[in-house]
Amino acid sequence: MWRRVVVRLLSGIALVLAVVTVAFVLLQLAPGDPARFWVGPAATQDDLETARRALGLDRPLLTRYLAWVTGFVRGDWGSSLAQHRPVREVLGAALPATLLLSGTSLLVTYLGGIIVGLVQAVKRARPVDTLLTIVTVVVYGLPAYWVALVLVLVFAYAAARLGWPAWLQFPAMGVQSLDADFLSPGARLLDRLEHLALPLVTLGALGVAGTARFVRGAALDVLTLDFVRAARARGISGRRVLTRHVLRNALLPVITLLGLALPALFSGTVFVEVIFAWPGMGRELVGAVAARDYPVVLAATAVFGTLVVTGNLLADLLYAVADPRMRAGREGREGRVRARGGAWGRGAQHEQEGP
Amino acid sequence: MRDLRIVVGTVVLAGLAFVAIAAPWLSPFDPLAQGDLVRTRLLAPLTPGPEGGLRWLGTDQLGRDVLSRLLYGARISLLVGFLAALLSAAIGTGLGALAALGRSWVDRSVMALTDAALALPRLVLLLALVALFQPNTAIIILVLALTGWMPVARLARAELRGVLARPYAAAARATGVGRFRLLARHLLPNALTPMLVATALGVGNAITLEAGLAFLGLGVPAPAPSWGNMIATGRDALVQAPWVATIPGMAVALAVVGCNLLADGVRDQMDPRTAR
Repeated sequence: MWRRVVVRLLSGIALVLAVVTVAFVLLQLAPGDPARFWVGPAATQDDLETARRALGLDRPLLTRYLAWVTGFVRGDWGSSLAQHRPVREVLGAALPATLLLSGTSLLVTYLGGIIVGLVQAVKRARPVDTLLTIVTVVVYGLPAYWVALVLVLVFAYAAARLGWPAWLQFPAMGVQSLDADFLSPGARLLDRLEHLALPLVTLGALGVAGTARFVRGAALDVLTLDFVRAARARGISGRRVLTRHVLRNALLPVITLLGLALPALFSGTVFVEVIFAWPGMGRELVGAVAARDYPVVLAATAVFGTLVVTGNLLADLLYAVADPRMRAGREGREGRVRARGGAWGRGAQHEQEGP
Repeated sequence: MRDLRIVVGTVVLAGLAFVAIAAPWLSPFDPLAQGDLVRTRLLAPLTPGPEGGLRWLGTDQLGRDVLSRLLYGARISLLVGFLAALLSAAIGTGLGALAALGRSWVDRSVMALTDAALALPRLVLLLALVALFQPNTAIIILVLALTGWMPVARLARAELRGVLARPYAAAARATGVGRFRLLARHLLPNALTPMLVATALGVGNAITLEAGLAFLGLGVPAPAPSWGNMIATGRDALVQAPWVATIPGMAVALAVVGCNLLADGVRDQMDPRTAR
């Protein structure tokens, strides 16, 4: 198992490096001279030269690439062209808000998705299952930006105008109220949670719908296996079979789903942050794109990529803990049979995906 | 048994395609005509305009007819969605075939590239690319294709390797069929259905993302109507006139659900194990 952890760790680092390289290549493709952006239209040729030297643009490409990679690793991400302060400051201030939003969304997504999916699998082909299937298919197809707007419309504006009870009214923007500094700790926490509600429901609803579809399939696969029938035959109660036997085995593929869920979650976060004025990285990114602030755009891209790779790595480790077969150090998850010399040379072999 | 999802998905997509093609004949008004700003601004759905003619879905802030814009908007959304998905399927199939048939180092590098590209959230990559180029319809299609080929590439590689292991592939090779002929005549036709399913899902994704980019103001330039920039316009009048933003959003959702239903149905029909 440790060998596998080390291998995964190394490949994770390689992947981050690849992501950072992609960002650098994009930076080189950027039209226009960054130094020109930096000094503004009224600058003289001398100013331009000074700026070029200050930004390190006079050095050869390879040097700049190495400087970008080492700089990224050390947290030195260059200067924002639009905000005239270090990119690290810009993104560092925004990262906690994004992590809070995406972390809680992930929690809601998995908890809700597993519950809904299991209910569907147990009540398979009954009206409850059919209804939930229709609901999840429709919700899964809804764009995040549209859900966010409708929630604002209903729970911020309509709720206030129609005089709904206070617990059904939610703020439409920001992480906290303007008077948050004057509130007691308890009230401040409540205020924060109220602000989190609508963004969280937006991302959670879409996430639950996607995860439930997957969990339903995984649980149905497990439900037909022999050990479940054997457990039932031994007279173990239905609930216990479900929690002890089915859930544990159905969850394994769900853990690996994280690899697909994280990028989708971050994509959704960008829209949600823009609509709810949530001061996170997605909002910074969109602002930077509009201002053609390349250093911020590419650092944000690289940071998002790093977050995804880290998440995948954690999922892999979690998988190793959750799957007894992995602890015993036997066949790896992918169980990949790679044909040496290429499929063409030796004849292809079936690739087995999943456990 | 015919899957109900296939029927519904096909009907929805065919209906939307018909609407997109027939937009000039179906639209009651010119989608760009701005009308009298005082009297035709933000008319509610189902109210008659001052110059007569029912505004079925109301008007936006500039007095433009929402229904007409919705019908014309279907053109951009579907065009971008289908072309982007087809293009990314082509890229994905090419790279997948390269990985499946190439030497092991080719296979490994292609898959490493795929994994690295998959690690970047698609919208983030899209935003980074759009920041570099001035967006127009062709650029949007290209950028969507460049960020959407990865799932198809993985699928194509796995499917092609599966087919390659079958006896008929070995037989074809034994009779001296060349690589490209083998790929085109024997392998691809037998691996096509799962890739079509992935492409159908890709159409839905591309439609959502195109509208999302337009919503962020980075899509097909105004005033050409697209579902995304209609939502963006309507956002500013969300409270007084909720119909301007919500109706095009429903159109996006309808298209995406149609694609997903079709893909789910076809996938289950082809793999009886998952059909339930």
